[in-house]
Amino acid sequence: MLKIYNDGGRITAAITGDIDHHAARELRSALDEIIFSSRPDTLILDLEGVGFMDSSGVGLVLGRMKAVKAYGGRLILKNVGSDTAEVLRLSGLSRLIAENRTAAKN
Amino acid sequence: MKKEIVNELKTRFPALSRNEGTARAIAAAFAMQRDPTVKEIAAVKTAVSEAVTNSIDHGYRDREGFVEMTLRLFSDGTLAVHIKDKGAGIENVGEAMRPTFTTAPAEEEHSGLGFTIMESFTDKLRVRSAVGRGTDVYMEIKLKGKLPPDTEDTRDA
Ligand SMILES: Nc1ncnc2c1ncn2[C@@H]1O[C@H](COP(=O)(O)OP(=O)(O)OP(=O)(O)O)[C@@H](O)[C@H]1O
Ligand SMILES: [Mg+2]
Repeated sequence: MLKIYNDGGRITAAITGDIDHHAARELRSALDEIIFSSRPDTLILDLEGVGFMDSSGVGLVLGRMKAVKAYGGRLILKNVGSDTAEVLRLSGLSRLIAENRTAAKN
Repeated sequence: MKKEIVNELKTRFPALSRNEGTARAIAAAFAMQRDPTVKEIAAVKTAVSEAVTNSIDHGYRDREGFVEMTLRLFSDGTLAVHIKDKGAGIENVGEAMRPTFTTAPAEEEHSGLGFTIMESFTDKLRVRSAVGRGTDVYMEIKLKGKLPPDTEDTRDA
């Protein structure tokens, strides 16, 4: 599931649920619709509501990062849980994490 | 190091993507009897998700079929996960396991990191495959949580 908060140049997309191969397809088309219609300077993916993410989520994040970069925008990740952070670390995507959920709590 | 099987669960389900979440939930529920840590549960779910997704997405890409998942818990806390399909198979397993290797078309945006993630979240990973016959992924995850008291006597000394 996806909730969008738009304040002009910055768009936050709050994702809830598991990001797996099954969910990735729908998330991808929903996010691409926002990217191509609004072309935000910064797209923030808020993963607060994401309890699980696997390599399909990595593909989703990478794909959106490329789409945003293509017109000079940037993508950042917010509220990333520790297990998701580990998957992102293995994928070399840790640099996209702006604020870490677990770091803030501890 | 002799270890006994404490419990075993076998499931078989059609290659539908919505069963990826079902398989994760079943494996996590099975692991709960060992009172695992949150981190161990995440490892179980992630490893299962990667292997089951591969069977559904690659093994049965161009055909229908079933995925079989067998879970075994050993007396020393080892969780063994066996995921099998009778799908397309892998031509070169060594190459397929390399980070970022994928045979999926670019528009599907596969990162090719499934095996890399499985490797990282498990203590043992073995992949067997034959083209046209299917793929067999065996993984072990050591759960360090405590066994419930009623099964205490089957534990290793
Ligand atoms: N069960 C399987 N049946 C057939 N081919 C498989 C199977 N599992 C893996 N493969 C092959 O191995 C390759 C690598 O798998 P891996 O999970 O590492 O990456 P991926 O699935 O392509 O991408 P990602 O997992 O990041 O979405 C796949 O692209 C596919 O060619
Ligand atoms: Mg995969």
